[in-house]
Amino acid sequence: MLLVLLVVVVLNFLMLHLAPGDIADTIAQTMGGADEQDMAELRQQYGLDQPFFIQLFNYVVRVALLDFGHSHFYNLPVFDLIMERFPATLLLVFSAQILSLFVGILLGVYAAQNPNGLSSLFVNMFSLFGYAAPVFWTGILLLIAFSLHIPIFPVSGMRDITIETDNFLVHFFDVLRHLFLPMITLASIFFAYYSRLCRASMLEVLGADFVRTAKAKGLSKKDVLLKHALKNSLSPVITFAGLSFSAVVSGAILVETVYSWPGLGTLAFNSIISRDTPVLLGILIFSTLMVTVGNLLTDLTLKALDPRIKI
Amino acid sequence: MLENEEIEEPTIKPVKEIFQTFFKSYSAVTGLVILIGIAVMGFIGPLFYPTDPFDMVWMPFSPPGADGFLLGTDYLGRDILSQIINGARVSIAIGFSAALVSCFIGVGIGSFAGFYGGWVEETLMRITEFFQVLPTLLFAMVIVALFGSSVLSITLAIGAVSWASVARITRSEFLRIKELDFVLASRSSGSNNMALIFRVILPNAAAPIIVQSALLVGAAITFEAGLAFLGLSDPNVISWGQVIGSNRVYILDATYTVTFPGIAIFITVLAISLVGDGLNDALNPKLRSR
Repeated sequence: MLLVLLVVVVLNFLMLHLAPGDIADTIAQTMGGADEQDMAELRQQYGLDQPFFIQLFNYVVRVALLDFGHSHFYNLPVFDLIMERFPATLLLVFSAQILSLFVGILLGVYAAQNPNGLSSLFVNMFSLFGYAAPVFWTGILLLIAFSLHIPIFPVSGMRDITIETDNFLVHFFDVLRHLFLPMITLASIFFAYYSRLCRASMLEVLGADFVRTAKAKGLSKKDVLLKHALKNSLSPVITFAGLSFSAVVSGAILVETVYSWPGLGTLAFNSIISRDTPVLLGILIFSTLMVTVGNLLTDLTLKALDPRIKI
Repeated sequence: MLENEEIEEPTIKPVKEIFQTFFKSYSAVTGLVILIGIAVMGFIGPLFYPTDPFDMVWMPFSPPGADGFLLGTDYLGRDILSQIINGARVSIAIGFSAALVSCFIGVGIGSFAGFYGGWVEETLMRITEFFQVLPTLLFAMVIVALFGSSVLSITLAIGAVSWASVARITRSEFLRIKELDFVLASRSSGSNNMALIFRVILPNAAAPIIVQSALLVGAAITFEAGLAFLGLSDPNVISWGQVIGSNRVYILDATYTVTFPGIAIFITVLAISLVGDGLNDALNPKLRSR
């Protein structure tokens, strides 16, 4: 896990190094031009006159000390900027992932009981939809629907700033109300995949001998399904959910931009517009961290489901 | 004469069977027809509908159907129908070439990892794992933001971040196939490693790789649209994502500016996925029952 982060940091540095122009150019541009001497001074100030490996080493050390550089657009340390936005993205990503897993598994189990029925058709159709519809487009359509036609959920931001009480519950439900649409949008892609996968794996398990044994023992249908079959059919779904974590984070960036959710995605969007590279690189490091933690949680869940698995 | 036919038959039959299975499936054929239709629209459509997608031709936000513009005009008064026709070319071209790039990288890495095993496999699969953990969209955003948003850099960025699945599939196929007898036979008749990898094992591993690559084309099209939506698109060419991205601010005033290009992406990717499913059924007869 630490290795992954180290590689991301090195990769970041390499891209910065390989990209045309450096920080001195950017600053000179915003200042409206600088002469040779000023440029040399700027380069010295930012350590750009040092040899490659020393620059790389300095960069890694600085990141390890949580110094991601300075955002020249917000005029704030990148770390502070990111920490301010990070919780919102974390909330969106994990709530969407949990919701889509829950609904996906529920739907998959239901569809597997009737492999050629209407629910199976729905699962297959919906997984096609989830694959084909760009998530930001789904988001925009929902946004149009919920702002113009059914205005029950707020369509942008995370909090209502007109609320004046200090009551925690009021704020909690306010955030929840704002979370609803972004969460549904982001979950819509993944619950399609999960339900399809869960259906397939459930069908496979339902044909296994131990399910027949359970039925022959005279267990109720519910017990067979939920206690014997489901537990054994979950691991491919959970594994896939773990693999999808990076896709969920990618999707979150788009969804956040659509709903102006104040997370890393909108920050990334703004930093692209303002050419704020340090911020973008910091976000890349942080979201990689988020994905690795997500993967770790997946591994732990898998181990809890199947004690044979060793981490 | 008769004997000759009997010998010839088994070598022809598999390919024929693949085509037969593919064309028997209604959904696969529908997907293929739609896809070809969209490609034709993108490449020769501008000849029949010569309005320049960048030209301001009418008042901004003229609704669909009004004033002779079938799909209306965007925030600058540009013809959306023309943007969709011309955008097809870029979206499809980027989709296919990005999938090709990731196919190259993925097959290269996966085949070497699966064939050589040992520390080669260990290292290469570590790299693959790393690319699976990396939030692909963000990484591509960084590449495009740093190296400039040209069609080439966007294509390479998408290709460079989405090859992990191909590499994994290629590796697992190689692990399975390299133990089979015909590989041993080929090795004992003097084939070197390169010949074994690319001429003996790879053709036999092709089926799942082709299916995965087909799915990658669709993913790359949505990926490009996502980048364009965030403002990272080549300003000199029009693509569907770019149309959505540039009209994003005005969606509540003119919903159709966003709806139509979205439908175009949706239909295209849907068609690709239908073709991919059809290919899967045709190439993996074992999975057909699923």
